[in-house]
Amino acid sequence: MAISPPSQRIWWKEPIPKTELVWIIIAFLWGLVMFFMMIYWHIAGEQNLSNEAYRTTPEAFTEKTQAMVAQYTVRDEVGFPVVAPPPGSDVYLIARLWQFWPILEFKKDQTYRLHISSLDWQHGFSLQPVNINLQIHPGYEMVVTLTPDKAGEYSVVCNEFCGIGHHTMIGKIYVTE
Amino acid sequence: MANAAVFRTCPATGLKIHRPAEALIKANAVTAVVFLAVGGFFGLLVALTRWPAVHLLPADWFYLALTAHGLDVLLVWIIFFEIAILYFASAILLNSRLAAPKLAWVGFALMLAGAVITNVAVLQGGSSVMFTSYVPMKAAPHFYLGVILFAVGALIGCGIFFGTLVIARQERTYKGSIPLVTFGALTAAIIAVFTIASGAIILIPTLLWSIGLVSYIDPLMYKTVWWAMGHSSQQINVSAHVAVWYAIAAIVVGAKPLSEKVSRMAFLMYILFLQLASAHHLLVEPGISSEWKIFNTSYAMYLAVLGSMIHGMTVPGSIEAAQRKKGYTNGLFGWLAKAPWSNPAFAGMFMSLVLFGFLGGISGVVLGTEQINLIMHNTLYVPGHFHATVVAGTTLAFMAVTYLLVPLIFQRELVLKKVAQWQPYVFAVGVSGISLFMMGAGTLGVARRHWDIGFADSLLSFDYPATAFLMMGLNGLAAILAALGGLMYIVVVVGSILFGKRIGEQPAERPAPVPTEAAAVGAYGSAETLSIPGTVVLVGVFFTAFVLYYFVNWKYLSEVWPLQ
Repeated sequence: MAISPPSQRIWWKEPIPKTELVWIIIAFLWGLVMFFMMIYWHIAGEQNLSNEAYRTTPEAFTEKTQAMVAQYTVRDEVGFPVVAPPPGSDVYLIARLWQFWPILEFKKDQTYRLHISSLDWQHGFSLQPVNINLQIHPGYEMVVTLTPDKAGEYSVVCNEFCGIGHHTMIGKIYVTE
Repeated sequence: MANAAVFRTCPATGLKIHRPAEALIKANAVTAVVFLAVGGFFGLLVALTRWPAVHLLPADWFYLALTAHGLDVLLVWIIFFEIAILYFASAILLNSRLAAPKLAWVGFALMLAGAVITNVAVLQGGSSVMFTSYVPMKAAPHFYLGVILFAVGALIGCGIFFGTLVIARQERTYKGSIPLVTFGALTAAIIAVFTIASGAIILIPTLLWSIGLVSYIDPLMYKTVWWAMGHSSQQINVSAHVAVWYAIAAIVVGAKPLSEKVSRMAFLMYILFLQLASAHHLLVEPGISSEWKIFNTSYAMYLAVLGSMIHGMTVPGSIEAAQRKKGYTNGLFGWLAKAPWSNPAFAGMFMSLVLFGFLGGISGVVLGTEQINLIMHNTLYVPGHFHATVVAGTTLAFMAVTYLLVPLIFQRELVLKKVAQWQPYVFAVGVSGISLFMMGAGTLGVARRHWDIGFADSLLSFDYPATAFLMMGLNGLAAILAALGGLMYIVVVVGSILFGKRIGEQPAERPAPVPTEAAAVGAYGSAETLSIPGTVVLVGVFFTAFVLYYFVNWKYLSEVWPLQ
């Protein structure tokens, strides 16, 4: 019994029952499949995170974002500038208590280098309804190269708890044809 | 040598019981149950708030209740109960005296003081930072202090456990190797030491930071080390509740491990690989390389998952072998149909096993896959997953074993036997609902730890799909059912301890226990003489579900925006 010492003193010399052995082998091989699947997806899959990230400061990141906003703002929406940067360019998105700034406008099937960072606490970047979720840290600038493949209006929901206004923190990304 | 007067013999099992150990087990278990009641109540408030039609609490109270819920159940209830299990698996199962009972009481006092201090900090309102307390969000200093004191107390508990193993060996209170259940408890205790060390490494500087003595804590470093505590502590739970499964299977149906070697190897894999799981929480963080993520998130090629998959076969397999030995050989599942389903210890244990494997295990591996994490990170899928592991798995297993501990340690018969009989079923259905509906909402993108998914107070607007709102309502209903199951457990346990019929005792005479049913199952190697076709089918179903669900999620991932 499992609550008393093994009845066979030299238990480590017991043969392994065949049923168990077969299952161990299957489970081990399945583990290998799952392990190599992640590597395979880095080669063949289209959804991977880059390892590109930089140390930054709230001041430096704000400055870069403001430069982009000054150059590419196309209109204003409830107090947020709507920014349409050219395809292929570096795009900046600030997360701060409790908003994403500015609103971005992308062109469908074009690629953008999106930089995200937080000016204060940790935030979550949850792109809906696509459902892409990233973590945003203060002091780190994460670069994601993304290619929106459907036009429409998307929301960025903060999904890392960031204090009492957390549930009001959403941003917008437009994708136009 | 210990004085015989401090021992008594359990009339039912023949186990020799060290009275100071028994008192400590009682104190730790009772405190655990009290915190389960408190934390469970907060959990109900959280679920009712997230039910959009009810939306019970205001925002500040919601975040406070969610912080308290996480701390009280995930940390306090589980660890107090685990300390009780450690003392049981060492002193009681080895017929030994407990090492340094006075020091064990000091550990208990520290844990209790720490738990109370942290609860006070949370209830004062300035520390609604969630269980994870990610920097740079700051809690009151005594929030961190309480957690640290609690951890020191738990570390003392682990030390007492190790000491007791040494004493039992020196005083030759058992023959040969320690029992498998004690081995599982040892696994839990070893992982606990690693866990608590990681906690100390990150929480002590954070405490100093909160009182102004340290100027900066890097948020990414905090998260990496914090989760070396946070996730590893879940591996303590896994080891402990797997040990509990083996114990209940042994006590209730006289099950014997198919192979001591295989089961022990599976526990050893936990010790070697589970600690890498901090990576599960860092898969979409900036500044961490993919190589690091892939190696760590898979526990070095899924070797710890392999351990769990082995237990997933050996536990039901040992039950099947024992049942077949008893003559329940009808068809594939005659042994299962004739299992003691009206015994809440068995029913709770078996449902814990099934739910942990199917809901918790599969979802955990999928969630922890580097790229798939992109479509799940910080959505409700995450709490959906861990309610299946920690509530349907650990908590249900601990509830089940309580029904055995009450007569054995508290020497009381259970009161309200009908309520006890139904309790595991009500709780299991409720928790399965919580888990499935949260995973469902998470698949639709709903954020976790979020007061208002209608975004009524936002400048910009967004609507989750209507199905998501339905899921949250069903989650609320399931939470009410789970809370009812929790209440039934508390009423039965507290009622039995206070008012249950006393079970007589006899003075210590007999040395080692010779459990009667062990003999019925044969000397050794039940699998050598009996095949376990029913278990093979169950495992086959599990494996098929695992493979299908795994690849379905790759399909989901392939449909989101390309990114690199």
